[in-house]
Amino acid sequence: MNNEYLKAERAQEWRETLRKSMKNKDRTDLPRVKMPEVPPEIRCHTYDEVNLGLSLEQAIGESHRCLDCVDPTCITGCPVEINIPKFIKNIERGEIFEAAKTLKETSALPAVCGRVCPQERQCESKCFYTLKLKKQPVAIGYLERFAADYERNSGQISIPDVAPANGIKIAVVGSGPAGLSFAGDMAKMGYDVTVFEALHELGGVLRYGIPEFRLPNEIVDFEIDVLKKMGVKFLTNCIVGKTILQEDLVAEGFRGIFVGSGAGLPNFMNIPGENLNGVMSCNEYLTRINLMQAADPESDTPIHLGKKVAVIGGGNTAMDAVRTARRLGAEKAMIVYRRSEEEMPARIEEIKHAKEEGIEFLTLHNPIKYEGDANGRVQRMLLQRMKLGDPDASGRRSPVAIEGDTVWIDVDEVIVSVGVSPNPLIPQSFSGIEVTSRGTIVVNNETMQSAVKTIFAGGDIVRGGATVILAMGDGRKAAKSMHEYLSSNQTE
Amino acid sequence: MNKIVGKEGLSDKVVKFEIEAPLIAKSRKPGHFVIVRVGKKGERVPYTIAAADPQKGTITLVIQRVGKSSEKLCQLNIGDYVTDLVGPLGKATHIENFGTVLCAGGGVGVAPMLPIIEGMKKAGNKVISVLAARTKELIILEEQVRKFSDEVIIMTDDGSYGEKGLITNGVENVIQREKVDLCVTIGPAIMMKFVSELTKKYDVPTIASLNTIMVDGTGMCGACRVTVGGKTRFVCVDGPEFDAHQVDFDEMLMRLKAYN
Repeated sequence: MNNEYLKAERAQEWRETLRKSMKNKDRTDLPRVKMPEVPPEIRCHTYDEVNLGLSLEQAIGESHRCLDCVDPTCITGCPVEINIPKFIKNIERGEIFEAAKTLKETSALPAVCGRVCPQERQCESKCFYTLKLKKQPVAIGYLERFAADYERNSGQISIPDVAPANGIKIAVVGSGPAGLSFAGDMAKMGYDVTVFEALHELGGVLRYGIPEFRLPNEIVDFEIDVLKKMGVKFLTNCIVGKTILQEDLVAEGFRGIFVGSGAGLPNFMNIPGENLNGVMSCNEYLTRINLMQAADPESDTPIHLGKKVAVIGGGNTAMDAVRTARRLGAEKAMIVYRRSEEEMPARIEEIKHAKEEGIEFLTLHNPIKYEGDANGRVQRMLLQRMKLGDPDASGRRSPVAIEGDTVWIDVDEVIVSVGVSPNPLIPQSFSGIEVTSRGTIVVNNETMQSAVKTIFAGGDIVRGGATVILAMGDGRKAAKSMHEYLSSNQTE
Repeated sequence: MNKIVGKEGLSDKVVKFEIEAPLIAKSRKPGHFVIVRVGKKGERVPYTIAAADPQKGTITLVIQRVGKSSEKLCQLNIGDYVTDLVGPLGKATHIENFGTVLCAGGGVGVAPMLPIIEGMKKAGNKVISVLAARTKELIILEEQVRKFSDEVIIMTDDGSYGEKGLITNGVENVIQREKVDLCVTIGPAIMMKFVSELTKKYDVPTIASLNTIMVDGTGMCGACRVTVGGKTRFVCVDGPEFDAHQVDFDEMLMRLKAYN
C-alpha cells in the first residue's frame, strides 16, 4: 500500500487529537477484550453463530488499545491491506460508519473476514503488541467484524464509490472469495463485471463449505448484495468451460477473464474400505448440510446422521465438519489426526471451540482401513498409532507409524478431510493456459496473470488449498494488474 | 429457471420432457448429462441428455419415476419451470468408426443411448441396438432407435414383445453371430454388470455409462466415486462412461443403496 497515503491519513487532525487524548502507557495497560460466546452446552445443539460479536462499549474500549503506530506493521500482515489503524481509530472516536467504509476501501467482504480470517497469523501477528510488547495483540479481527456488523444492522449501508462505467466487459469464473474480491475491485474501477457460478447459489466455499455457526448465510447474502448494488452481475448454474466455452466469452466481448474456480476436488487416502457407505469427503458432508440443507426435514437431499462420527484431518474444514456432526446429534464426534495438536493447521479458536463442545481429539492416529457391515455401511476403523519424527518439507515434524501399534474404533460415519485439489474443469477446458502436475493454474505471482495475457487466476485454483483471505488478496492483486494490462493495451 | 415446453408420457412410469436450455442445447454432446433441481428444497439429481435442438434451444430428458425427486419432476407440466438446470456435465462419448457397434440399452437407459446410437451411425459404424425391458409397454423410443440402427433387437422378460429373454440373451446372440468391435451399455447397474460380464467372456470391448448418486456434479463432493481398474474415479468428471470390464459393479450397486 501507498505509504504517502497512509502518512497523510495518519496526519489528519482527528487522528492526532485522538493520539494525544490518552497516554500510550494507559493504552497498553488495558486488557484485550474477550469475545462473548454462546456457552458450549447450548451451542452444540443449535446452528446459531458461536461468537456473538462485541458490544459498542467493548469495541470502543478495545479500540483504545491501538497505538496508531507511525509504522503500522499490522497492515503488512493483511492480504488485502486494510488500513487497520484508520478503521480502529474511527471506532475509538465513535464514527463506526466511517470505520466500515474504511474496511470496504480494500475488502469486498469485511463481515466475512472478521469471522473467518486467521488474524492470529496475519494482522494480529504483526501488531506492535505482539512484536514488541509481547502482549496480546489488539483484537483487530473482532473490531473488523464489529464495524461491518454495526453498519449492516443499522440499515445505513454505504455502497463503495464506483468509477464511471468504461464499458469493458470482464468475466469472473466462480463466486467464491477470490472472484468476489476481484469483482468488487473491478467494479470500483468502472468495469462491466459478470460473475459465472456453477452451483445454484452464490458464494462458493463461503456457502457450501463454511457452516452457519461460523459464518451465517445471511452475511454472505448481504456482502454479495453490496456487490450487486455496485453493478456486478451474477449468473448461477453456468459452468465456464462447459455451459459457456472460453471462445464464447471472447466472442461475447469479454476482454478479460479471472478464474477463481477453487479447489473443488476432494482428496481421499486410498485405503481399504474408503468407498463404503458412510465414508465421505468433507466437501460432500458440508455441501449436503450447508448448500443443500439436508438436515432440514423438508429438504429432499438425504443425509445419514451419524452417532459415532470420525473426521480425518486437522484443518479448519475438519473442525467445521466435526462440530457440524456434533450439532446434528453425534454422541461421539472425533478428530483423527496423524500429527500432534501443535502441528494442526486449524485456527486455535476453532480447536478451542471444538474442545469446549466435547469433540474428542485422537492425535497421532492415522486410519489405515475401514470395515463395513453386511449392507456395506462403515462399522469400524483401524487406526495406526503414530509418533513424531524429523521435520518434513512443510517444516512440521513428520508423523511416523509405531510398528504394530494399532487400535479398532467403532464408527458409523467417517468424514475424510485431508485436503483438496484444484477443480479440473477449467484446466481441462481452457486452451493456452499452463497447468502444473498438481492441476493448479500457473500465474505470475506478482500479477496473477496466466500464460494467456487476458486470463488471470487466483485463490485455490492457483494455490491448491489455502484460505479465504489469501484468495481475496489474489483477487485484489489480479484486479489491479488486469486493469493495468487492459489500460496499456487499449489498441482499439 | 428453465421452462418446460414439451411433455409426453412414454409409459406409465416414464416421462419425456423438452426443456428450454439454449446454452446447453448448443454445447452438449452425446454422453453428457445435466443436474436438475425442482423446488427450493429440491435435491440435485443427474440425468443424461437424450436429445437437443440447438435451433429451438431445448434439451430432451427422459425421466423414470423411481423416487421422490424424479416424481416431483414428473409432476411438472408444460409451462412450468424447473428450479435449476446445469450442464452439460461429464465427458462426451468417444465416437469414431469402430466397425460394428452393439448398443445395449435397458429400460429408461435407452434414452441416453439414443444420441450415442445416432453418433455412432453417423461416424460410419454398423449399429445393432438391443432394447430390453420387463414388458412391452416399457420399451421406449423404439422408432427413434430404428432411425439410426442397422438392426434392432427387442427383448422382453415376459415375451410380450420381441423375443422373450434378458438383454444378455440378445447381446450374446449377436456376439455369437458376428464380430462386434464395441459394445455400449446403459441401463440399471445390475443389467450393465451382467452385460459387462458377458462381453468380457467374449472379449468385446465395452463401455458403460454409470448413473451414481451425485450432489454437485462438478467434481466437488466425490459422492459419485466408483472403483475402475482398482482406482477410485469420479463419475461426474472422469465419466460417466468407463471401460465396463474394469468397473467394480458390486461396489457401485452397494453405493447406490447408501440412502435406501
